[in-house]
Amino acid sequence: MSAVLPHPGDHAHDDHHAQPHGWRRWLFATNHKDIGTMYLLFSFTMLMIGGVLALLIRTELFQPGLQFVNPELFNQFTTMHGLIMVFGAIMPAFVGFANWMIPLQIGASDMAFARMNNLSFWLLIPAALMLAGSFFMPGGAPAAGWTIYAPLTMQMGPSMDAGIFALHILGASSIMGSINIIVTILNMRAPGMTLMKMPLFAWTWLITAFLLIAVMPVLAGAITMTLTDRHFGTSFFNPAGGGDPIMYQHIFWFFGHPEVYIMILPAFGIVSAIVPAFARKKLFGYASMVYATASIAILSFIVWAHHMYTTGMPVTGQLFFMYATMLIAVPTGVKIFNWIATMWRGSMTFETPMLWAVGFIFVFTMGGFTGLILAMAPVDIQLQDTYYVVAHFHYVLVAGSLYAMFGGVYYWGPKWTGVMYSETRGKIHFWGSLIFFNITFFPMHFLGLAGMPRRYADYPMQFADFNMWATVGAFGFGLMQVYFFVFVVLPMMRGQGAPAPQKPWEGAEGLEWEVPSPAPWHTFENPPKLDSTATRVIA
Amino acid sequence: MMTMKLSTWSRRAAQGLWTAGALLSAQAALAVNSLPGGPAVNQVNLGPPVTRIASDIQWLHNIMLVVCLLIFVGVFGVMFYSILKHRKSLGHKSANFHESVVVEIAWTVVPLLIVIGMGAMATRTVVAMKDTSNADLTIKATGYQWKWGYDYLRGEGEGIAFLSSLDPKQRAMSDAGKPEGDDYLLRVDNPLVVPVDKKVRIITTANDVIHAWMVPAFGVKQDAIPGFVRDTWFRADKTGDFYGQCAELCGKEHAYMPIHVKVLSHADYSAWVAAKQKEMAALADDPSKVWTLADLEARGAKVYADNCAACHQASGKGAGPIKALDGSPVVLDADKLKQINVLLQGVNNGAMPAWRQLSDTELAAVITFTKNQWGNKTGQLVQPAEVAAARK
Repeated sequence: MSAVLPHPGDHAHDDHHAQPHGWRRWLFATNHKDIGTMYLLFSFTMLMIGGVLALLIRTELFQPGLQFVNPELFNQFTTMHGLIMVFGAIMPAFVGFANWMIPLQIGASDMAFARMNNLSFWLLIPAALMLAGSFFMPGGAPAAGWTIYAPLTMQMGPSMDAGIFALHILGASSIMGSINIIVTILNMRAPGMTLMKMPLFAWTWLITAFLLIAVMPVLAGAITMTLTDRHFGTSFFNPAGGGDPIMYQHIFWFFGHPEVYIMILPAFGIVSAIVPAFARKKLFGYASMVYATASIAILSFIVWAHHMYTTGMPVTGQLFFMYATMLIAVPTGVKIFNWIATMWRGSMTFETPMLWAVGFIFVFTMGGFTGLILAMAPVDIQLQDTYYVVAHFHYVLVAGSLYAMFGGVYYWGPKWTGVMYSETRGKIHFWGSLIFFNITFFPMHFLGLAGMPRRYADYPMQFADFNMWATVGAFGFGLMQVYFFVFVVLPMMRGQGAPAPQKPWEGAEGLEWEVPSPAPWHTFENPPKLDSTATRVIA
Repeated sequence: MMTMKLSTWSRRAAQGLWTAGALLSAQAALAVNSLPGGPAVNQVNLGPPVTRIASDIQWLHNIMLVVCLLIFVGVFGVMFYSILKHRKSLGHKSANFHESVVVEIAWTVVPLLIVIGMGAMATRTVVAMKDTSNADLTIKATGYQWKWGYDYLRGEGEGIAFLSSLDPKQRAMSDAGKPEGDDYLLRVDNPLVVPVDKKVRIITTANDVIHAWMVPAFGVKQDAIPGFVRDTWFRADKTGDFYGQCAELCGKEHAYMPIHVKVLSHADYSAWVAAKQKEMAALADDPSKVWTLADLEARGAKVYADNCAACHQASGKGAGPIKALDGSPVVLDADKLKQINVLLQGVNNGAMPAWRQLSDTELAAVITFTKNQWGNKTGQLVQPAEVAAARK
């Protein structure tokens, strides 16, 4: 209690309460930086597990015929790869960034609800264990795809129920994290940090948090109905009892499409921090960036059925969702143009964070273009559920979200650890990842255009060569991430490397650069007095 | 079961490392030719269209690709020019602008006009794709785990019905990891046969889970949804064989339920219809016929290989969650109705699906077969009439 309620009598004692050490520091963590660190390490672990599953998939697909796994196990791999990457790796990683950076960026002392913050992290652990452990349950892991479409879910073994439970827990964790972020941003900004002076990362997360609160309960509803269909005799989605399997898809994608933007908006925020820092020029069109982010978020609620053109929607439905989807290209384009205008006539240098940011803009845009092509209903009907779609969403999720996060780690890592990474190693990581990523996923466009369906354990022989390249690229990409952990992350965590100055980047702006590196355990305990741009502390 | 899987796994992993090393060269040994009407070797764009819709789709795709490439070159031309010229190392000083209402409005409005134009181009095709009226021939395609069933509902050939499943030899090749053939995983026993230049309406539905009926050369992909019917259509411009595969995850044999459409000239089609109808009449089993054990077993062995062996295995031992039939109490039970009901109704929420689409004779034969195969020596005989009675 004493940590929460001020006791005037023992204030002096409170100021000196010892920093907890050992496991208590982490288990009982309420410090946003510690919790941020745990989120990031957790999501990296899940990235590795999901990555191993991806490599198992690619190993089986290296050549036609089944060489390594049976199709049942293959379906378990694809399903768990998707679930673990989306819910275990990408989403928690962004929450980790939010925990670390939002209080620092807005001049707050911590997150608003420190203990809820602890709970929302520790909930991830049982959920992750249940997800990863489902391989060892009778009948193996869920094998209905990450979208867990009804009525295939009715045929799954008990691990499906464990998966549903895990998703519920992850959803609860996300909602708590979002509430925390919203309250922190709206109530705990330093005086002078008005909303329209706030760094874009905080803005994008504020909008993302509202999206999460809106759609996680929708997912919870869909999977709860799946659960009661499986065990309690209801027939929401089970056609045998008069249910409608397509209703599941509508509900799932009403969650699923905003989810896509949940996984990319914070990435936009990170890139919007990095590009101006290394162009040594203010972000172009700050206000339009904020409006574009909000537009994308609002539009994301009215495009869900573009995932469902082949279910046989009426013609008016197809036309509505096609036009609405294409509209999203407009605010997304505004963002790309703003970043390029920020670079234009700047004074650029290309340290590793900038490489990742430029790599993000370049490769993410390719994913954006294939998104535009897929938005056209007739073309989508041709390409739906083929490898073209697999290529598309890996271009926006890996080359989008993941690249931006790597950029963020290099950009803010010195602030977190007090140590500079090795620029050479950062560049090896970037160029290796960029090349192997494209070797992996570019050929998948061809496979999809040629008609190779996704989620196939075996395929006609004509698809062999491109699959072989994709597998080779995937192993290279996986190795680059191991390299990143061993040669970049570990040395920084161990304090090996040149000490980081308070502001390692010449053009960087923002309150996070007003505190020493590494950022002390407590920062901005008293609200700082800010200059007129809210980027410097003046007292 | 998992530990067993893991131990085979480690053995296979060792084997795999060796394979991976040798494979870059071995890949060349997988000689394969392009399959007309199916995938081409290393195909990089949509295949040759065979219907009006498919060529519209290809045109839309290509024009989109060109537009996107132009925008790509324009936008990234600017970015890379800036990256090359506006560098600190070249002594470039940063300018101090950070907004421009005119530019920002321009790059909002111009893309808006471009996407509206793109949408307008596609609208006509969307409408055309949904127009399934005035079909010359209507065929119902039913997705089963894991095969397609075709019923000719209206038009020439009305009444013809058959199942279409993957050649078991190719399925075995897949398991052995040694595929061969230009039509690997695309060869079926009974292709769907349609006439050229006729509007064919395909009504899709499914028996168990969602499947999707796809033929890329026709520009057709339609989900087959259990409990619901949807439709799509095509009018093939030329005769030939065209191939597709199931496009919606439908369980473990998802990759093994191909679609083969044979497009014939009108005369050939009429001849096929006549032959097929004669064949069906000859094949139609008299459900009241009383069979001998040996005849039923022989018939049942074929039904088993076509329908059951994919899951329960030729050995009857099952695999993983799939129950063994060899020694199964339900199969051995003296009450024959127990097994008959399992086949008619399915169990475990359709993990074992209902097999009502098989005839009384086929069901009787396959039940008799399993009751007398492997270690199951019950001597029991199930006659078609018993199945017919239970079906009501």
